[in-house]
Amino acid sequence: MTTTQTSKGFETRALRINDAIQLKKPDRVPIFPWFHLFPARYAGITYEEAFYDLDRWLDANEKTILDYDPDLYTQPGAPIAAAGAAHEALDNRQIKWPGHGVGPNRSFQFVEGEYMKADEYDEFLNDPSDWTIRKYLPRIYGALEGLSHIPPIKSLLAGYAGAGIVGVLAIPPVAAALNALNEAAQVSLRWNMAYAQFEQKMNGLGYPAFSAAVALAPYDLISDMLRGMRGTMVDMYRCPDKLLEAIAQVLPIQIGGAIGQAQMSGNPRIFIPLHRGADGFMSNEQFETFYWPTLKALILALIDAGLTPCPFFEGGYDQRLEYLQELPPGKVMGMFDRSDLFKVKEALGDVMCIAGGMPISLLQAGTPDQVRAHTRHMIETIGQDGGFIMSSSSVLDEADVELVRVWVEATKEYGAY
Amino acid sequence: MSSQALIDAFTEMREAEALKITNELLEQGTEPLEILETCKEALEIIGQRFENGTAFIPELIMAGEMMGQITDRVRPHIEQEAQEKKLGKVLMGTVSGDIHDIGKEVVIFMLEANGFEVIDLGVDVSPETFVEQIGETQPDVVGLSGLLTLAFGTMKETVDAIREAGLRDQVKVMIGGAPVDEHVQGYTGADAWGKDAMEAVALARQWTGGQS
Repeated sequence: MTTTQTSKGFETRALRINDAIQLKKPDRVPIFPWFHLFPARYAGITYEEAFYDLDRWLDANEKTILDYDPDLYTQPGAPIAAAGAAHEALDNRQIKWPGHGVGPNRSFQFVEGEYMKADEYDEFLNDPSDWTIRKYLPRIYGALEGLSHIPPIKSLLAGYAGAGIVGVLAIPPVAAALNALNEAAQVSLRWNMAYAQFEQKMNGLGYPAFSAAVALAPYDLISDMLRGMRGTMVDMYRCPDKLLEAIAQVLPIQIGGAIGQAQMSGNPRIFIPLHRGADGFMSNEQFETFYWPTLKALILALIDAGLTPCPFFEGGYDQRLEYLQELPPGKVMGMFDRSDLFKVKEALGDVMCIAGGMPISLLQAGTPDQVRAHTRHMIETIGQDGGFIMSSSSVLDEADVELVRVWVEATKEYGAY
Repeated sequence: MSSQALIDAFTEMREAEALKITNELLEQGTEPLEILETCKEALEIIGQRFENGTAFIPELIMAGEMMGQITDRVRPHIEQEAQEKKLGKVLMGTVSGDIHDIGKEVVIFMLEANGFEVIDLGVDVSPETFVEQIGETQPDVVGLSGLLTLAFGTMKETVDAIREAGLRDQVKVMIGGAPVDEHVQGYTGADAWGKDAMEAVALARQWTGGQS
């Protein structure tokens, strides 16, 4: 892991967070406001500018962090996925981003679709890399359509005699795709380096970043990114074995990717946003068959690698708490949305750190008194024995600037142990 | 082959068998409309299972898939469409700025399974479109859906636009979507909020004079 220049403030906050994750009582309840795109509004720039103007976006984040003084912050790269110019160079069809398909002050939105057809399972299973390069990328990025013209990647397995095959890369559609890739790469590299510098600077100023890597539950990777929700749910009936094979196939990819990113950044926390596993999406029996085994394996592998998995249990997980009890104690930071936190505390209080407690609706449509009272109530109940991080149920994009301030201050005021 | 066999295959998600039985029923000379009635019964059973937590989204999606295929198979044999009495009319849409449709689809499935006529405006629906469509289709209930927190603002704008167009007294407005709760209802000025599709059905029933 890289060594980072840190400060006393950083050590204090990191200890506070780590104590909570290890189910201990820190000096006080840590506060983790899920800023996401909030800094843009706070600093008076549009979301579109956040996607396109690196300097102003980083300044907005710095101002937000320094003014709100949180124990963890979300990195500026998180709500962007890639710079607007990179999305444009690739002609990204899987999202609409501010100013491109959604208004200049709307967060980016995923375009749900069947990016892998039902009859492509075998192709995907036999050679996922080849399928990804020649089928998937041309579908999700308009500018990479040319990659569908290249021969199977394994045809390069021809020794010196294969040297001439690369000629295909110069035919116009392929060359255009490579140019687009190069353009997106240049932009992304510049932004990524600036993000890394930003994180170093924040470390020096005393503020730890939330996470440096994202992993997906294997079912979600297939469902979100490849087959679509509809597709996977139909596959659960029409071709359950193929679906399970694909899920097993992507598990090591998720584990390896997350560990690699964590090693590069030195940040141990891995964000795992969960989608289709929530209550109501599928039955417990389906969850047990299709969702949980590989999610559990992912979480355990990350723990084995010395990392801290941070699953975001979006929606409700009240029906799934028994499964979560199978996880080892003090190793996971569970971020909760609409689950009943009292039930969660009872079932998982000895298992994982609970992050959450503040409904985003209250930070958007509540009053300062309501926010203060609710903050205090959560700290005195869910937070009373430690193992708790005060956070919001979702991103703060649309939250009221003043109510967020009241919330952060109330946490510090009532949160001392 | 009997209608009961079709209901069993349909509700147990045995897709291929349900289609095979449909073909056999048609060959036996069963009235096409009767086959569709049978499927509707099956949909109602699946709706009830969804309501009591024994069926979930995969089953709703499969039910929709089977219903679509059976309708396509049967429709050419129908001479006259049946006119059925609906409980009420609901205008549904995901509000401006939000393109999520899963929650809205589930609500529509449950409303239709419970005898409501639903007009689906799709996603990212502007306040102006809602106002225009209320004038055109005269619904009893307007359902606003949204998953993103930005939807709180556009739900409010939509309710405001309905009021400004002088249509607020003609319709009941319900809102729903993962982050919606009573705080959001108060903020938007909607008549009610629902945490799930069953609550949406209960509200629609209550407002159209049915039993909830």
